[in-house]
Amino acid sequence: MTQSNRLTAGRIDRAQVLNFTFDGKRYQGHGGDTLASALLANGVRLMGRSFKYHRPRGVLSAGSEEPNALVELRGGARQEPNTRATTAELFDGLEAKSQNRWPSLAFDAMAINDRFSAFLTAGFYYKTFMWPAAFWEKLYEPMIRRAAGLGSISFEPDPDCYDKGFLHCDLLVIGAGPAGLSAALTAGRAGARVILADEDFLLGGRLNTETISVGEQSGGDWAGTIVAELAQMPNVRVMMRTTVIGAFDHGIYGAVERVSDHLAVPPEGKPRQILWRITSRRALLCAGAIERPIAFSDNDRPGIMLAGALRAYVNRWAVTPARDVVIFGNNDDAHRSAADLLARGVHVAAVVDIRAQAKPIADYELLAGAQVVGTQGRLGIRGVEVRLASGEIRRINCGALGVSGGWNPNVHLTCHKRGRPEWREDIAAFVPGPDGPAGLSVAGAATGLFSTASALSSGSKAAAAALRDLGIRARALPQPATEDAPVSITPFWHVAEGKGRAWLDQQNDVTVKDVKLAHQENFRSVEHLKRYTTLGMATDQGKTSNLGGLAVMAELTGQTIAKTGTTIFRPPYTPVALGVLAGRSRGKDFRPVRKTPSHKWAQEQGAVFVEVGMWLRAQWFPRPGETHWRESVDREVLATRRSVGICDVTTLGKIDVQGGDAAAFLNRIYANGFAKLAVGKVRYGLMLREDGIAMDDGTAARLAEDHFVVTTTTANAVNVYRHMEFARQCLWPDMDVQLISTTESWAQFSVAGPNSRRLLQKVVDPAFDLSNEAFPFMACGEITVCGGLRARLFRISFSGELAYEIAVPTRYGDAMIRRLMAAGEEFDVVAYGTEALGVMRIEKGHAAGNELNGTTTARNLGMAQMVSKTKDSIGSVLSEREGLSEPDTLTLVGLRPVDATQRVLAGAHLMTKGTVANAANDQGYITSAAYSPNLGHSIGLAFLRNGAARKGEVIEAVSPLTGLNVDVEVVSAHFIDPEGERLRA
Amino acid sequence: MIINHPLLGPRDAQEFTYLGDAALIERPDWQAEDAHRQFYEYLYLRDNPAGEHRELWFHEQGDRSWLVVTRNTLTHEITHVDLARDVARAKGRSK
Amino acid sequence: MRYSGFKVIKEALTGHRGWTPAWRDPAPQAEYDVIIIGGGGHGLATAYYLAKEFGGTRIAVLEKGWIGGGNVGRNTTIIRSNYLLDGNEPFYEFSLKLWEGLEQDFNYNAMVSQRGILNLIHTDAQRDAFTRRGNGMILNGADAELLSVEQIRKRYPFLNFNDARFPIKGGLAQHRGGTVRHDAVAWGYARGADQRGVDIIQNCEVTGFRIENGVCKGVETSRGFIAAKKVGCAVAGSSGRLMAKAGMRLPIESHVLQAFVSEGLKPVLPGVITFGAGHFYCSQSDKGGLVFGGDIDGYNSYAQRGNLPVVEDVAEGGMALFPGLGRVRLLRMWGGIMDMSMDGSPIIDRTHIEGLYFNGGWCYGGFKATPASGWCFAHLLATDAPHPVATAYRFDRFEKGRMIDEKGMGAQPNLH
Repeated sequence: MTQSNRLTAGRIDRAQVLNFTFDGKRYQGHGGDTLASALLANGVRLMGRSFKYHRPRGVLSAGSEEPNALVELRGGARQEPNTRATTAELFDGLEAKSQNRWPSLAFDAMAINDRFSAFLTAGFYYKTFMWPAAFWEKLYEPMIRRAAGLGSISFEPDPDCYDKGFLHCDLLVIGAGPAGLSAALTAGRAGARVILADEDFLLGGRLNTETISVGEQSGGDWAGTIVAELAQMPNVRVMMRTTVIGAFDHGIYGAVERVSDHLAVPPEGKPRQILWRITSRRALLCAGAIERPIAFSDNDRPGIMLAGALRAYVNRWAVTPARDVVIFGNNDDAHRSAADLLARGVHVAAVVDIRAQAKPIADYELLAGAQVVGTQGRLGIRGVEVRLASGEIRRINCGALGVSGGWNPNVHLTCHKRGRPEWREDIAAFVPGPDGPAGLSVAGAATGLFSTASALSSGSKAAAAALRDLGIRARALPQPATEDAPVSITPFWHVAEGKGRAWLDQQNDVTVKDVKLAHQENFRSVEHLKRYTTLGMATDQGKTSNLGGLAVMAELTGQTIAKTGTTIFRPPYTPVALGVLAGRSRGKDFRPVRKTPSHKWAQEQGAVFVEVGMWLRAQWFPRPGETHWRESVDREVLATRRSVGICDVTTLGKIDVQGGDAAAFLNRIYANGFAKLAVGKVRYGLMLREDGIAMDDGTAARLAEDHFVVTTTTANAVNVYRHMEFARQCLWPDMDVQLISTTESWAQFSVAGPNSRRLLQKVVDPAFDLSNEAFPFMACGEITVCGGLRARLFRISFSGELAYEIAVPTRYGDAMIRRLMAAGEEFDVVAYGTEALGVMRIEKGHAAGNELNGTTTARNLGMAQMVSKTKDSIGSVLSEREGLSEPDTLTLVGLRPVDATQRVLAGAHLMTKGTVANAANDQGYITSAAYSPNLGHSIGLAFLRNGAARKGEVIEAVSPLTGLNVDVEVVSAHFIDPEGERLRA
Repeated sequence: MIINHPLLGPRDAQEFTYLGDAALIERPDWQAEDAHRQFYEYLYLRDNPAGEHRELWFHEQGDRSWLVVTRNTLTHEITHVDLARDVARAKGRSK
Repeated sequence: MRYSGFKVIKEALTGHRGWTPAWRDPAPQAEYDVIIIGGGGHGLATAYYLAKEFGGTRIAVLEKGWIGGGNVGRNTTIIRSNYLLDGNEPFYEFSLKLWEGLEQDFNYNAMVSQRGILNLIHTDAQRDAFTRRGNGMILNGADAELLSVEQIRKRYPFLNFNDARFPIKGGLAQHRGGTVRHDAVAWGYARGADQRGVDIIQNCEVTGFRIENGVCKGVETSRGFIAAKKVGCAVAGSSGRLMAKAGMRLPIESHVLQAFVSEGLKPVLPGVITFGAGHFYCSQSDKGGLVFGGDIDGYNSYAQRGNLPVVEDVAEGGMALFPGLGRVRLLRMWGGIMDMSMDGSPIIDRTHIEGLYFNGGWCYGGFKATPASGWCFAHLLATDAPHPVATAYRFDRFEKGRMIDEKGMGAQPNLH
């Protein structure tokens, strides 16, 4: 029979019939159902298995605090493990599977663990599985890992997309129950910019789950009226299905909106979820309260749930888990549940209240001064045993048991900045402490005001007070007549009597006995208790279980609960899909891509690209017939050295330095001198960090007395600019110097090779003389090209050839590369990529990123003489420290294999011939290596201890990692043209 | 976090890059007798207070100002923000 | 009491009445030979080895709160010895070897799981650097293997091999690396130290040092003055705060590092993966949660919590590496205070005050160092000489220019 447990009324849409499956079985529910309510309507109480003992478990709650009813929702790549059935909105075609069981939910072979529970107590694994030592990884751990875990994921790429957004408001109201609605209305009517966020898909909070009225309306209708008014206000944003997950610094809150989770698949172009970063001037927490259970023997059977949840299912969803129900509690609110159930025709077999003086509020049998001491039913509760006040035991048949141990204000967000809640004895609960996040106040049940009337009035007042802080006048709302019952509770945590285990944390299977054992073994601090027993570490983070556990510990230690304290509440409030935290930053869009001005052209040439930081650069340009990258690279190198090659070097950092003190400024930034650099000249510069280690190298070109262009390496462009701004603003604030990064303003190409001048002469306007006399090595100038386009020309060389770098405004970069290539046709010009660039710089012995690795000094690089001692420059003082100026320090050298057919390997370590290869004998390491097509063998650059004095020595390059040992000869790092004749040609 | 930029108003801290203690403004004299010792202490030793901390932030994705932010390292509360250049000048730094 | 499978069975059959406290809660005595400040992993390990290996007696560990409440209780549980520099590698390899025998040594199952750690390579320059590192590791007696993309795909088929912004080009694996149940490390050392007579005193905050004529005579605490011949500080994260009470400024800043755990999942991730290009690393705990983290937030902080940008950054790294992670839910995030040193490497040294010793500056790598740190600090306290594998961890290395800068970032702690 379908929906046998469905009652009348409720806030569901009966016209909408939704088909769904659970473990392959077909069911029907209605619009407005959650998976849990729909399963209950169909008489399904067993929904899951616990973590450790695989005990059968049913739904405990009606909200996001649910520890038990966790399912794998959807299938395939969209499978979502550990999804709470209590918050999963039903949709047509929903598929859910139970998890952590084998072969089936009703018969789970792993439930064997439960039989051995005496051996598997808290922390048992710390005491065993140690012998023999090797068995841990091979046997014990795989066994434990397989048994542990909850749901499973497909690990297929998530097919849905996620978004991020930013919102700003005067007042963020968290929770749309009575307090939140009244707060939002107060602030909305005052004209403040308001955001009202609630995790539910029906706003109103407990108003939707109670039978109380507000004014003339039912609570739910009143909520609907207020929501309708708020929705009309342009200054109010109402966000349902939106969970505020965390409170962060300076009024920033994270919130996740589940845009499409209530649909089978997100509509085209819509995200599944959105992460909102909400910057609020003030925030108001109206998150209500969460009911807590009482622990007693076998209190975990399916059908045993929180009394308030039972009431919620009956009132909001018109379902009852069973027709015969028992209620067990220590407070007046439990009786309200009984009365509501009765009113809907559910048979309340008895209300068991631990308080001897309790009074019934409706027509049910009250067993005052009694306790539930046991339950029956393997896959669902069949009955309870009650110890009556008289001392007799009475057995009562029932299909559901509602338990109420009182309500805990939902203080979670008030503790995200490490504030601690305070214990209030009168309501037996923790309430928000005084040191919550700045700008966050609390109203309603979240602050311990449990009646509807106090929630309405505190919400309105707190909103008005928060706005007053901002200078916005708000009027408190008139208060409609509504329920205003006082709290009446006798704190009670667990029933001492009973044959079975009394469960505290139902997901992680932590019992009262486990807490006792933790106490016995001195794991008494709440944090030790949690970590030793795993109490509160499950997916619900102990929302319903933590307090019970620490109350038991308080009993054992004889300390108050206030003194015992709580563990730390940490974000997120409820678990958050990693997809939404990542947003669109995934796959190729993980990080932005920077493209060089010649990118499109290079693509047309079939270039292979490589990631260089954020940049994509052409690595080489394969030509038809080339089957191996080395063929392309060798060709590019040889052609460049033979005639001319062109490479896009735009990625190198460019910093414009201007002002009367520009030269003096650079003189402090660079270790070598710049004050006397002539206009129209370029100089190589070495920059040190203040600790004396090489930071970057590059060139500075003096275009005018008061104008330099500094270049940096690609990798350090941002750091160097920041560093120079630091020096300018913080160290020498009165220097007349201005900086601007122009990396992206200029497209820059290296034109290298013996024919580079001839090629350039074809594009540079004739007014500019490029002859060696007029424009020698290290010259620079502002010129025009192609008939009047402004450009900059630098005669600098990374390859060691006669070479230039020519820069044009970026928007002409594409045109420039095409013009250069066309002009170079007669010289068989080649485009070369970063590989050829790398080969040529190694052949020339130029240091690059592999050498400037953040630990090398000028001395290591063989440039000690460049560090001027006669001026103040950053890093010069500390570069003299003894550890940085040892004579036998690592020095940059060149290496060539003794047997030319062998390969020099970057990353190999160097050993003196005849010594054992070990760390003690380590003489240095190879930083860069390449095959030199010009020399016909492999070459390398290395840092070698006392390297300068070891030219000609044959040493051993060892690489046990790759199993390669090669005899190499120490040579000059300048493999090509050591005298630099080509540069100056 | 939100940093209240003295020129631009409140800005998300993600626009900034952090350096460290604002004492890094007070770079020693390279010609001092004990310049080595002074530079070592300047560069390496920190007060590292648990409480109010004056620290340097660079508005990298903004106007490229270096700021001195007074922030509590226990609560992250920011009580004051200055342009680092003004702070440097007030400390007598010039050219 | 000795723990064993037999003992567990016996207790199970007799109602678990025989289990005794894992450590006592003694009242502080008036004087000790050695006081160790800080009941975290390093402090407890120091006390344990001091008592066990160096014959120390009259030892106390003073803990402000509850033992194991600092970074040993809030880290991502990874152990490895894949360091680059000679100042570090022998130390961390010593530590890894101690991990390998730890459980039998202190009779506590800390679940040392040598499931392997893999550092992914995304560029040729990175391959060169990792080759240098792997060779250095092997030359120092550790293990390392350079893996090809195909080898990685075999073990981790679900990584993004198809449309990655930073394609995987290989990896450096250390198969002996892995994870350890972090809390159990603190508890195992505490229990072992306690059994050897060490007084572990919780809820005892050190409020000052009594220093007379340059000699440390003991400590002032929330429970009164306690005299000691030697005082060792092992409070990484709070080193600055503590040593300020002795008038010392340190080459250390305190920063927040956030870490994260997902909901429990059936086993998916066999080893530890580090994704340098995306600032993300991840392993799966024996309970099933994915444990992961990324960069430090980057600003000085003692708040033990961080902010959203880093949370998002880490999730982005995760999704970039594992495109199937989207529907896994983040369960909890937390922050620890890191002693970020000026070169990214630790300090185990005497101070200029006689009788006062320091252990700190562990950055975010202190957990894996716990056994060696304890052993070497015990060695220093017992013999007044550094242990051979910890000789580089001196205070004066900054003044002398002998930094141990693995990342080459220089004197900027938030970059290490």
